[in-house]
Amino acid sequence: MADTTGKPLLEVKDLEAWYGESHILHGVGIEVHPGEVVTLLGRNGAGKTTTLRAIMGLVGRRRGSIKYNDRETIGLRSDLIARAGIAYCPEERGIFASLNVTENLMLPPTVAPGGLGIDEIYKLFPNLKERANSQGTKLSGGEQQMLAIARILRTGAKLLLLDEPTEGLAPVIVQQIGAMIREIKARGFTVLLVEQNFRFAQTVADRHYVMEHGRVVDMVGNDELLTSLDRLHQYLGV
Amino acid sequence: MLETIEGLIGVPAPLLFGQLLLGLINGAFYAMLSLGLAVIFGLLNIINFTHGAQFMMGAFVAWMLLAWAGLGYWWAMLLSPLIVGFSGIILEKVFISRLYKLDHLYGLLLTLGLGLIIEGVFRNEFGSSGLPYRIPAELSGAWDLGFMFMPIYRGWVVVAALFFCIATWLIIEKTRLGAYLRAATERAELVQAFGINVPRMITLTYGAGVALAAVAGVLAAPIYSVNPQMGSNLIIVVFAVVVIGGMGSILGSIVTGFGLGIVEGLTKVFWPEASATVIFVIMAIVLLARPAGLFGKA
Ligand SMILES: Nc1ncnc2c1ncn2[C@@H]1O[C@H](COP(=O)(O)OP(=O)(O)OP(=O)(O)O)[C@@H](O)[C@H]1O
Ligand SMILES: [Mg+2]
Repeated sequence: MADTTGKPLLEVKDLEAWYGESHILHGVGIEVHPGEVVTLLGRNGAGKTTTLRAIMGLVGRRRGSIKYNDRETIGLRSDLIARAGIAYCPEERGIFASLNVTENLMLPPTVAPGGLGIDEIYKLFPNLKERANSQGTKLSGGEQQMLAIARILRTGAKLLLLDEPTEGLAPVIVQQIGAMIREIKARGFTVLLVEQNFRFAQTVADRHYVMEHGRVVDMVGNDELLTSLDRLHQYLGV
Repeated sequence: MLETIEGLIGVPAPLLFGQLLLGLINGAFYAMLSLGLAVIFGLLNIINFTHGAQFMMGAFVAWMLLAWAGLGYWWAMLLSPLIVGFSGIILEKVFISRLYKLDHLYGLLLTLGLGLIIEGVFRNEFGSSGLPYRIPAELSGAWDLGFMFMPIYRGWVVVAALFFCIATWLIIEKTRLGAYLRAATERAELVQAFGINVPRMITLTYGAGVALAAVAGVLAAPIYSVNPQMGSNLIIVVFAVVVIGGMGSILGSIVTGFGLGIVEGLTKVFWPEASATVIFVIMAIVLLARPAGLFGKA
């Protein structure tokens, strides 16, 4: 179990974010402790993706406080945020069509020591080795998702932001991704995971934040999940 | 063998090969310039209308290095791209970088205006009659190929242009830096979120594209006289080449550049009256049949 008593690795306070004129986040607060897997749950349009993008410095304008490792990052450019040790796997996966699988895998530069070596990556994701020279976007959806996650495990970043890695994938692939998340948690990575499917979230996470209309409205520990089902059903409309 | 060729096509062989060589040389310049445009367009999404002026600057800097500092051709090959490329970096930092969030039209107007200003400044300073630049001693003279005399310098231009084109292509397609470039061309924001300083990469890419134009300018200096209009005359054809090849395609710009130079040369042999317009006719046909260009992705 992750240590949730000490200092959080990621501490988001009063985060507001805008896309152009649209005010999307209205004071989001999140804490993620080292070694934890924490999910953001919420309906379509609740602001989950925007929260990850805001942490990564990818929104037009943001305000509030985002501390990583006790260091304020709200004023940093996205490349410097990445260099600080946060890695992002976008909802659309972001596999580059003009790069082959190996080039996609090797694209993110190393930002810190301690990332997985290429051998370990191939052990976790054997398909990526077999398809090394294929065009990145020729992989199946599941393989592309594996590639999108694998490439950020290499960099040495300790906090991974994963945006709906199971979206649109077959149940057996979803299970593989679940196993993989547990594996990287066991290796000491910290994960902030966006999910719509809380049955999946339940199998990998320590805690869950619920978002609505650009705010965090609730927080549930994984052990309380079953007793909070009614509440969650209401939030998520399932 | 030469008689056979003459018999087959009804033109004297030296004329044919002479025009082929001229076509190849023009093609070398088309290829280098459209390559620079493609590199810049890919990442910056700006059609660099200053390109012709930067080609001209490359030739002028070579002339100035010789006339004012006594530095010859080989120094110019090294220094002129650095100097002109650096001026490009300043242009990008000061002006062009402000336009990325705006409509393409602004980039077009800005770079066109900058080109006109640069050309005007050079015309004011140097007049428009043109300055001579001598072929370096190592490359003067001609080889007797049996069927024609081949000026060594012209052969050198083709070889050097091929070298720069292939080197650029290799860097973009086969290196890690090239992978960053290709990825940023697709989705710059994500590449930056991986920790790469994309704004700096954009600036340097613009500088590199401009440096390619300057190299072409140095190569051109001994062939065409060095004059302020040398870029704007050439660049109009180059834009047609770019449209035919497909905007932003690296390989497309190289192949189309050399290919169209050769087509133009052959047209001079077989239908001289059409040679000035053949590229534009091809452009019209390509636009009708494949609007994204021969190598462009529709
Ligand atoms: N680029 C953008 N410009 C303007 N508004 C945007 C943009 N991206 C998202 N939005 C708006 O921001 C709000 C939150 O979107 P966001 O993508 O963060 O939701 P989400 O919780 O990730 O939803 P989903 O579960 O569908 O992925 C939505 O109302 C959306 O329409
Ligand atoms: Mg989303």
